[in-house]
Amino acid sequence: MRHTAPLRYARLSNAEVAIDRLFRQNAGRVVATIAKAFGDIQIGEDAVQEAYIRLLKLSESAGLPENPQAWVMRAARNCAIDRLRRSLTQSEIAERVARLELAIPDRDAGDSRFPDDRLELIFACCHPALTLESRVALTLRSVCGLTTRQIASAFFVPETTMTRRLARAKRKLREAGGSFALPPAGRLAERLDSVLGAIYLIFNEGYKASGGAQLTNVELCEEAIWLAGLLHQLLPREAEALGLYCLLLFSHSRHATRVAPSGAVQPLEFQDRSRWDMTAINTAAGLLVKHGPLRPTPYVIEAEIAAHHATAERYEDTDWTRIAALYEMLAILNKSPAVELNRAIAVGMAFGYERGLAALDSLSSAPVLRDHYLLHAGRADFLRRLGRSYEATVAYSRALSDVPTLPERIYLEERLRELDPDRE
Amino acid sequence: MQYVCLIYVPPDLQDMPERDSEVTAKFVAFTKDVIERGVRVASGRLADTSVATTVRLRGGQRLLSDGPFAEAKEVLAGFYLLDCEDLDEAVDYAARIPSAAYGAVEVRPVVER
Repeated sequence: MRHTAPLRYARLSNAEVAIDRLFRQNAGRVVATIAKAFGDIQIGEDAVQEAYIRLLKLSESAGLPENPQAWVMRAARNCAIDRLRRSLTQSEIAERVARLELAIPDRDAGDSRFPDDRLELIFACCHPALTLESRVALTLRSVCGLTTRQIASAFFVPETTMTRRLARAKRKLREAGGSFALPPAGRLAERLDSVLGAIYLIFNEGYKASGGAQLTNVELCEEAIWLAGLLHQLLPREAEALGLYCLLLFSHSRHATRVAPSGAVQPLEFQDRSRWDMTAINTAAGLLVKHGPLRPTPYVIEAEIAAHHATAERYEDTDWTRIAALYEMLAILNKSPAVELNRAIAVGMAFGYERGLAALDSLSSAPVLRDHYLLHAGRADFLRRLGRSYEATVAYSRALSDVPTLPERIYLEERLRELDPDRE
Repeated sequence: MQYVCLIYVPPDLQDMPERDSEVTAKFVAFTKDVIERGVRVASGRLADTSVATTVRLRGGQRLLSDGPFAEAKEVLAGFYLLDCEDLDEAVDYAARIPSAAYGAVEVRPVVER
C-alpha cells in the first residue's frame, strides 16, 4: 500500500480528505491509461485533473460515488474524448475512441479488470532519450501526481523552470514518437536501468538534500520507495528492481535517527538502533530471503550491504569484512568514485585503520575526489581513531571547506572542537 | 512515423567509406537491410563539406558563399530517412548505422502533415 500522503491543505472536509487520498493513490493509474491510449501524457494529466474537479463538485452536491476509482477513470476518459472532439476530424475521433474503449471498459469493473498501465507510463516517463532531470520530474508529475510547484521546490529550481522542463519532456515524447508500449525483452534491461536510475536519484535527492539546511526530505524518499515498490510489484522477476526497492527500504529505515539533537548528521555508530523502522527492515530482509539467492547485480549488492548495516544488533556487530567484499564486487561492476570511497572505508573498518587510510590516500589522485569533503572526512575519521590528532584536525578543516549541507557541517565542527577545544 | 537519421562525423572522417573498405561494406549491408525490411524511404551520402555552397536570400539578392554554413566539430555527412513504428525502433536503427561508432547520429522525426 501507498504511504498516506501528508495533507497539503489545512482544514479539509472529510470528502476532500478522501478525494485527496484517492488522487494521490490513483491519479497515476488513470493518467497512464489515458496517456497510453492517446500517446500523450499531457492529455492524460489534463483529463485526470478535470475528472477530479468534477468528483469534488459531485461530492459537494451528492456525496462520493460508490466506486470513486472507476468513476474517475470514466470521467477522465470522457474529458479526454471531449477534448478530442474539439481538435480532430470525425474519423480520427472514431479511431481514438475505439482505442480508448478497448483500454477502459465502460462498466463498473472489478479491480481485476481495472486497467493498470502504470508500468508503461513509468517506462515512457523514464525514456533514455530524455535527460535524467526530465525523467525524474516527469515521473513525479505523471506517476506520483505531485504538483509542478512541489517538484520545483524539492529540486531547488524556480517553478517556471520546472514548468518548462516538464512541458519540453512531454512535447518531446509526443512529437518524437516516444512509445507507450513495454520495451521488448531484448531492450528491457537497458530501459529498466533508465527507470531505476531516475528512482534512485529521487531518493538520493530526498535522502540528502543536495544543499541547504535540511538533510532529508522525507516525502521525496517516500515517493521513491513507493515507485520502487510499484516497479517490483509489476516486475517481480527483475532482480535489480527488487534490489533497489530493498536498498531504499533499508536506507530509509534510519530516517528518524540520522540527525542528532544538535542538528549534526549522526553517523551509524551513534544512532539509536531501537528507533530504526523495523517494519521496513523486516520487509526488505524478508524480500531478499524470499527471492534469494540473487544474481549479484549493482542494486542487489548495494541492498545486501545495506542489509548488513540494518540488521547488525550493535555497531560493533557490523560484518565489515563481508561489507568490504561486497564493495569489492560492486567496484568491479560499477567503478564510481562513491563506490571506491565506501570500499576504502569498509577496508579500514575491517582490516585496520592504517589500511583504510592508505586506501583513501590512493584515491586522492583522482581529480573528482582530490578535494571532495567525504574523502577528507574519511581520512580525518581514521586519523582520529589512530590518535593522530593534529593530522585529523587538518583533514577535518579541509573537509569543512567543501561540505554542502548544514548537518554535515555541524558534525565536522563538533569533531574539530573535540580534538581542539580552544577552537572557536 | 518518418524519422531522418542525420549522420554527423568529424570533418576529417567524411571520406571514411572511401578510405576504409570495412566501413563501406558495413554501410552497404545496413542499407540493404533497411531496404529489405521496407523501412528505408531514402538515404544518401553527401559530398565533402569543402565542396558545399551556402545560399542566402537577402533583400531579394542571392548571396552565395563557398563552403558549409558554419564551421563545426562534426559535419553532416549523410542521412537515412526511415519509416518506423516509434522512437525506440528509430533509435535501434540509428545505433546500427556504421558511423555511429566514430561520429554521431541525430534522430529527428519528420513533422506529419
